[in-house]
Amino acid sequence: MRPILYALSFLAVIGLAFWAYRENYATQKLLRQVEALQTEIGTLREALAVQRAEWAYLNRPDRLRELSTINFDRLGLFPLEPTQFGQIDQVSYPVPPAMFLQDSLDGILTINLSGTLADPDAPTDDRAKTTEIVDSHEEQVP
Amino acid sequence: MIRTPLRPLAHILSARARGENPDSIERENIRLRQEKTRDRARARAEGRLLLLGIAFAMAFTVIGGRMGLLAATEPSEPRSANSGAQILTGRADLTDRNGRILATNLLTHSLYAQPKDMVDPTRVASELARIFPDMDAKLLLARFTDGRSFVWVRKTLSPEQMQAVHDIGDPGLLFGPREMRLYPNGRLAAHVLGGASFGAEGVHSAEVIGTAGIEKYLDAQLRDPALEGKPVALSLDLTVQATTQEVLEAGMKMMNAKGATAILMDVHTGEILSLVSLPDFDPNDRPQALLKGDPADSPLFNRAVQGVYELGSTFKIFAAAQAVDLGLLESSSMVDADAPMIWGKHKIKEFENHNYGPLLSVRDVIVKSSNVGVAHIALQIGAVRQQAFLKSLGFFGPTPVELVEAAGAKPLIPKRWAEIVTITTSYGHGMSASPMHLAAAYAAIANGGTAVKPTLLRVEKPQNAPAVMSPETSLAAIDMLRGVVTEGTASLGDVEGYQVAGKTGTADKPKATGGYYHDKVINTFASLFPASDPHYVLIVTLDEPVETTGPIPRRTAGWTAVPVAAEIIRRVAPLLGLRPVIEPAATDAVTLVHN
Repeated sequence: MRPILYALSFLAVIGLAFWAYRENYATQKLLRQVEALQTEIGTLREALAVQRAEWAYLNRPDRLRELSTINFDRLGLFPLEPTQFGQIDQVSYPVPPAMFLQDSLDGILTINLSGTLADPDAPTDDRAKTTEIVDSHEEQVP
Repeated sequence: MIRTPLRPLAHILSARARGENPDSIERENIRLRQEKTRDRARARAEGRLLLLGIAFAMAFTVIGGRMGLLAATEPSEPRSANSGAQILTGRADLTDRNGRILATNLLTHSLYAQPKDMVDPTRVASELARIFPDMDAKLLLARFTDGRSFVWVRKTLSPEQMQAVHDIGDPGLLFGPREMRLYPNGRLAAHVLGGASFGAEGVHSAEVIGTAGIEKYLDAQLRDPALEGKPVALSLDLTVQATTQEVLEAGMKMMNAKGATAILMDVHTGEILSLVSLPDFDPNDRPQALLKGDPADSPLFNRAVQGVYELGSTFKIFAAAQAVDLGLLESSSMVDADAPMIWGKHKIKEFENHNYGPLLSVRDVIVKSSNVGVAHIALQIGAVRQQAFLKSLGFFGPTPVELVEAAGAKPLIPKRWAEIVTITTSYGHGMSASPMHLAAAYAAIANGGTAVKPTLLRVEKPQNAPAVMSPETSLAAIDMLRGVVTEGTASLGDVEGYQVAGKTGTADKPKATGGYYHDKVINTFASLFPASDPHYVLIVTLDEPVETTGPIPRRTAGWTAVPVAAEIIRRVAPLLGLRPVIEPAATDAVTLVHN
């Protein structure tokens, strides 16, 4: 019994030593990796700071003002004026879709009428025309 | 263990035979036995003490060895600890209120020489002089050859210069990393930022210290490693600051002024959105301070904070507001304004010897800027109450703004507050203060009567400060100031849609030898807008302006400072997101219709 115990504990010592050896080298490798990463982070941070400084330098108001003056032909930029504030009712609503009329008049209108409705250039004229036609249509019914 | 009997029979029998007492044998044996026991116990105790001693000695050896090791070895970063911002240990950035950078750090290199390693000092000196035109080859050579082993050549290098120095290829020229302070916006907000330079310098690093302005005021905070380089947000708005500077610079040239300053302040929070002082300088290349002459002639002089001037008629509103607040007068009460007014040996006159009297309403005293009228108001208030009120507005101490220069710029207060001082102070003479004081005081009028402390740091909430006047007084004072613009001396200051209210002030400059110049003035326009719900205070001060478009040169604030201020408001108000509004009709106009 005792020799087997000795042999087993000897094997365990060998196994643990091997495990410790591997762990040691794995840890050292990871530490080197961490160090390399930290150096990289430091370098990137430095580069970031330089780029932030450069961005601020390129966007300094003096330079932007000069550039907008030089490129006035293309950009046409003026300083912000009090008159540039708009009212909410100055915002144009989208043109009401012509489909609405078409639906309500469906079945009553002839084909050439729907052709005139689809014309997007003169919506008011169209409406005038449609009402005209509807009127005449209604007159015809009785 | 063999136990020795206490009364061995053989000994007892022989003792009895001799006629001795056998008990003595027993006693002797007991004594021997006790001695043995004692010796054993002592040996055991000695062993224990030894063991304990060894343990303690080992523990102390380990601790001492560790301490010695820590003390003797170079410190090193913990390699496995997770690291965040602490890699970056520079001076914190300064940003404007929207996070745009006003000051940051840039990594460059410094150049130093070790002449003992130098191969050809003559060539190195001439090459360096070629790369850096401001250096002299002879002086450099003298420093390289006089036997010293270390010479600083340049504190900072651009990458191109560094390459050029590399190309010299001399082993005696060496580079050290340097963190340098960069102000990417150049001259913008130069007086706020101040500047920075190197403190203690080593080969591998140098500390960057603030030399003026907010850089020096916040030096400890900006360098605190515990804050991990977190940027400090100032109250300035970069766009507003740039616009104000542009307009003020143009206005200063147009009005032929020697200097100018503008302060734009939020009336509720006390935040300074823009602080311009002209002429200015580039904080990246801060000029030397003047060694002789008037420091106010240096571009380093911050007129907004250090410029302690007599601010003239801008002070009149304080007397009027206090009289209304104390209930002595109302906005429509009539006061004596018969000019000239004789007080003792003094004669108080109006501008260009006008006479607005004999009686004027308090509102008209402000609108027409009557010296005599406001003098009578001040006499009703009295010296004690006048001083207390000005003190509550912050006129008796340096402004608490976060600039090192501010603490040194104390207002000039007359030592004896005679009645004539009460009179002159009411129209802004005899007592001097900086435009920053004026901005804080006008903010108190504009925000409904709460004293505010001007600040250059971004704050979110309105200041919780004591009230210095009632909200009704504030409204009355704003109405008077609005009158100055709509019908009084500042008619050029009316910006459509922004209801500017304000007061002009023209003060003759004092001569260094005593007395006053008659052709050198300080013109101030203290304004607040929009009058119906004031958000901002703008102070514009021009130093020695003269407006020459007319046949005679004009030097009143209404012709110089006011149009400049109006243009600033017209340009800046949209940037602040203020929408132009149609002025609400005056209340008395409505009652008129009712009647």
